[in-house]
Amino acid sequence: MRKVWDLIGGVHPPENKHQSVQESIGTLPLPEKLVIPLNQHIGAPPKLLVSAGDIVLKGQPLAEPKGMVSVGVHAPTSGQISEISDYPIPHPSGMSARCVTLIPDGKDEWIEHKGTDNFRDKTPEELLDIIRSSGISGLGGAGFASAVKLSTRQPISTLIINATECEPYITADDMLMQERPEAIVEGIKILSYILGEPDEILIGIEDNKPQAYEILESYLEGTNIELVEFSTRYPSGGEKQLIQILTGKEVPNGGLPADIGIVCQNVGTTHAIQRAIVHGEPLFSRVTTVTGKACSTNRNYQTLIGTPISHLLEYNGFDQSQCSRLVMGGPMMGLTLENPEIPVIKTTNCILAPTEDELPTPPPAQPCIRCGMCAEACPASLLPQQLFWYAQSQNYERLEAHNLFDCIECGACSYVCPSNIPLVQYYRASKGEIRKLAAEKVNADRARQRFEFQKARKEKEEAAKAAKREARKKAAEQARAKAANTRTSTEVSPAATGATAKSSAADDIIKAAMARAEAKKASPEEQRAKLERGVVRAESHLETVEQRLQDLDSEATDKQREQAQAAIEDARLRLEDAQSKLKAAPEPKPDKAKEVMAKVQASPKEALEKKIATLKDRINVTEEKIAEAEDDALKAALQKGLEKQQEKLRDAEQQLTEAPAESTTAISETEDAAATAIAKAQAKAAAQASMSDEEKLRANVTSLQTRLKKAQERLIVAEEEGSNHIDALRTGVEKLQAKLNSAETELSELS
Amino acid sequence: MFELIAQHPIPAALVALGGLAIIFGAVLGFAAIKFKVEGDPIVEQIDSLLPQTQCGQCGYPGCRPYAEAIANGDTINKCPPGGQTTINAIADLLDVEAPTLDEEHGEESDTRTVAYIREDECIGCTKCIQACPVDAILGAAKQMHTVIVSECTGCDLCLEPCPVDCIDMLPVEKGLADWKWNLPPSAEEQIKALRPGDIIASDQDSGDQAA
Amino acid sequence: MALLKLTSPHAHTAQSTADVMKLVLLATIPGLVALTVFFGWGTIINVFIAAAVALICEASVMGLRKRPVMFYLKDNSALVTAVLLGLALPPLAPWWIPVVGTFFAIVIAKHLYGGLGYNPFNPAMVGYVVLLISFPVQMTAWPAPAPLYPAEIDVPGLWQSLQIVLPFFNEALTGTVSGSIDAYTAATPLDTFKHNTGLLVEQLYKKDPLFNQGSWAGIGWEWANFAFLAGGCFLLYRRVFTWHAPVAMLVSLTLCAALFYDGGSSSSHGSPLLHLLSGGTMLGAFFIVTDPVTSATSNKGRLIYGALIGILIFIIRSWGSYPDAVAFAVLLMNFAAPLIDNYTLPRTYGHKKSRKATEKKDEGP
Repeated sequence: MRKVWDLIGGVHPPENKHQSVQESIGTLPLPEKLVIPLNQHIGAPPKLLVSAGDIVLKGQPLAEPKGMVSVGVHAPTSGQISEISDYPIPHPSGMSARCVTLIPDGKDEWIEHKGTDNFRDKTPEELLDIIRSSGISGLGGAGFASAVKLSTRQPISTLIINATECEPYITADDMLMQERPEAIVEGIKILSYILGEPDEILIGIEDNKPQAYEILESYLEGTNIELVEFSTRYPSGGEKQLIQILTGKEVPNGGLPADIGIVCQNVGTTHAIQRAIVHGEPLFSRVTTVTGKACSTNRNYQTLIGTPISHLLEYNGFDQSQCSRLVMGGPMMGLTLENPEIPVIKTTNCILAPTEDELPTPPPAQPCIRCGMCAEACPASLLPQQLFWYAQSQNYERLEAHNLFDCIECGACSYVCPSNIPLVQYYRASKGEIRKLAAEKVNADRARQRFEFQKARKEKEEAAKAAKREARKKAAEQARAKAANTRTSTEVSPAATGATAKSSAADDIIKAAMARAEAKKASPEEQRAKLERGVVRAESHLETVEQRLQDLDSEATDKQREQAQAAIEDARLRLEDAQSKLKAAPEPKPDKAKEVMAKVQASPKEALEKKIATLKDRINVTEEKIAEAEDDALKAALQKGLEKQQEKLRDAEQQLTEAPAESTTAISETEDAAATAIAKAQAKAAAQASMSDEEKLRANVTSLQTRLKKAQERLIVAEEEGSNHIDALRTGVEKLQAKLNSAETELSELS
Repeated sequence: MFELIAQHPIPAALVALGGLAIIFGAVLGFAAIKFKVEGDPIVEQIDSLLPQTQCGQCGYPGCRPYAEAIANGDTINKCPPGGQTTINAIADLLDVEAPTLDEEHGEESDTRTVAYIREDECIGCTKCIQACPVDAILGAAKQMHTVIVSECTGCDLCLEPCPVDCIDMLPVEKGLADWKWNLPPSAEEQIKALRPGDIIASDQDSGDQAA
Repeated sequence: MALLKLTSPHAHTAQSTADVMKLVLLATIPGLVALTVFFGWGTIINVFIAAAVALICEASVMGLRKRPVMFYLKDNSALVTAVLLGLALPPLAPWWIPVVGTFFAIVIAKHLYGGLGYNPFNPAMVGYVVLLISFPVQMTAWPAPAPLYPAEIDVPGLWQSLQIVLPFFNEALTGTVSGSIDAYTAATPLDTFKHNTGLLVEQLYKKDPLFNQGSWAGIGWEWANFAFLAGGCFLLYRRVFTWHAPVAMLVSLTLCAALFYDGGSSSSHGSPLLHLLSGGTMLGAFFIVTDPVTSATSNKGRLIYGALIGILIFIIRSWGSYPDAVAFAVLLMNFAAPLIDNYTLPRTYGHKKSRKATEKKDEGP
């Protein structure tokens, strides 16, 4: 005989189990409707698969698990979905939640399903998948997803089957063991296989179920499953308590049984897993005890999930005038239902309809005299009287120090309390409040973080603005100083200093650029090496692109070919660019002038454009100033400056137009290098195909049209944004327009 | 040795006193380093008790500035979102008598609210975005704005700047996940419920809680 | 009928606070009988006066506090306080002794602290100590045990006892001045030991009729203590309280007494048996120390609490100026109970070690 440890604390309320074990597990006729709540468990609600009006078959999934800890639901019978709506569910709040309402058609027609003849043919992972897709959650307690509980990372040395059923009145597991021991034993074997054959497999059962014990024992011969009986005492069926009774080990605080190599499964869940794997039957019904003196018959039923409780009561001679409260679950941990239309869910092991004599309405609570009976009864070795004291004064810190969260809410303390204090409610309320406060704390911390981040950001912005202002002020001062120096020689009116200030600001920019160039020069070898690498890279890229073109066989479409050509062109340009850069790169002892020259050579177009843009900016600013200026002298000075700038601009534009042929469309071309490349490629392809002149022109026109369109789009965008390049863009567009016109006339002349 | 001391009582006394001074000085110096108290975290502590709505109803631009003000001696009853709970907590921290909420700064409300933008009316002016102390409003110029509900502290600072009044403060809906048990009614309330004819006043606040 | 919405558990034991209090009252009966047999009607009169005053005080305080009077009267807690005080008072004490004591116990020690469950000090012991300090003469005048009365004096009957306790009543009724209690008083065993100088314990036991007619700790006293022990065992059997506090107290008292027995020399403080079976030892151990409201909460805490009370009793009895010490020891330890609680939280399931109640940081999620 195996050693069993004593349950710490505990109580022994009247069992009242004999009433409901007189008859075998019965079945009830189909109810008029089934209301299946989507979320019957801890975890994320499942994803709905059906909609109102759908015809579903028995066993068809109505919702599939979404996320890790989530369980699906299945149609318990065939019929039509009448609605998907909020409906009162079994919950202490009495609130409503999303439910699927199914009107059975009475045919009870199965969806195609098949079981597994030998579960060992499948891998444990496959079996876990079946368990998961069959919507199996714990049938004993909180309804935690079974597949999650079984897929442990830790090695499992002990599998415990919870056949304790320690709550008074409930006999669902007892009857299941008496009537379907074979299936349960097979289920245990499946669990053992999934868990990698643990060393020990124990079934924990209280000594108030001698029949179930005997029947089960006869089926266990030749197996390594051990049936362990211990004395009846509530709450020995709590997972942590059962583990302690059977192994003497305690589940560490904040941990799971798997942390000490134990997995615990309810006997009903084991049966459901066997049904799912061997018969391919998802979890859509369970054994439920209907008991209490307000019902004339007390019996267990194989009940479909979603059956309204009123349906169960109706068939058991329920007398509402006798019944003071309706309890789902047992008298120790069950929850009261305010509405008998609430449906049966996966965790509904019992419907208790007691009379006032059986479970009298509690009298008003008397003061706590700290008699300590609750502490004697507490299976978690807490001090309920102290917890009550602190819960009353809402001292949450002390409550946590007294390990409130280790309370399993078994109700043993309230059961023994001579002052009739609803202790469990105090603990539940306090736990809820502490959780709420913790959540609020998290929110507050986040708000604080966000607020501080915003503050920091604004400060940074402010600092950046201030720095800019400072820089401008400094530049102005410098300019003033310069102006003061030159005043003696060149009689510049004081108002002109504004303009010079501007230009000196520009000088600053140039200086900065020069500084940058200097910095680059600091390591000419490195610079050179980098550029060389760039050239090599560009060369290899060109090679690959050319290779790709060659690979394209004759069947390749023109478009593909064009793309490839464009890519080649692009790569070639890049190579050229890299090479020129390399050339321009300073020799170990470079000449500054040479470098600048090289730079200009490398991208004259860009430099010119930039120059033009800056000049235009400056002109704009000056123009504004002129408009604002009131003093005539100032105006004149500014006008002079403006003219100079305009001249410069003209020079720059001149240079730009004089730049190599492609520079004529420089602006639009740089704006749209890809388009150019495509156009070129098109042109080349056309040449290859030895197209007629007309066709060439036509192609030209189309390409021009697209380019024009793009340039116009750009212009519109620029205008909206108030960009500085509007003018440049506008010129580009006009030029393109002219080109297009000439091309079109040419084309019309030809044809 | 003893004779020496007896012969020169004054130098001996001076030596003894000096020695003691050195020893105690060393001990105190060591203790000052070893048991050093970190800074002055009182502002942090007050700040952690404030609700962080950053609503500015206290007259300061956010919770931390108010925490700093309290640390510098401002009254602690200027925070309506925190309500009496916060006042009590701060009073507890500072070991002072807990005053009642200063009505001047607003009233405590039981329900948490969040801002909600009626999106078809929003003109995209970004004024509310600038007003939000916790960056909980999303949007850009001329684009519709929306409130990130999970980040909104319900400070209602965005209501005032909105030129088209398209922002409402809506109570946060309570679902199943938010539901929690209430503390059971006291014996007096239960008795009252059982026999509604009796007049039973309750002096719960002054009587039981004091013990 | 509307369906109730209640939190679990729905089942409940039949035992109520009033039932627990009734059990305690029932358990005092053997002691009451023993005291009456050996010391006359005085104790019963004390108990009745105290009970009446307690009920009146309780009702009026509840009325003043605007609480449902009957609901709270029915919990019998005031009765228990009154009966325990009545048992502890010397028999044949003047009527105002139990009145003042009970008033103090109920109004000051109990209700001014918030009523049942909120009082930090045992109300009966507060009442007792107030009387002992204020009226030492009346409080130390114990009548001799009945078998030791001189032949010429009869043990006062009920009528005579009433005349002694309520002198004004007697005067109004008969016009004669009633007899004084002085005629009946004698030293208690603890007094005898306290004032013993020069006699070996053995000689004292032989000489003093209090001991030579008794068996272990003085005639009368030992039987009264046995009776309270029996009542205490009954309560233990009915699981009204746990064994920890009383057993710890008796063991520590025994150990102290054994340590200082000194082989029965003339400076001995008395044998362990004397300490266990005289004075208020058993009444204290099973009816006072076990008061749940004012004692430590955990079993470990109760062991410490009880043991320290035992030690304090011995110290005060041996070296203090009062002959008996249960009340002082209990009140002193009532002070210490919250501190004991702080350090004696039981180890919760799944935790490696027990925590302190004032611990701030949570050790896990």
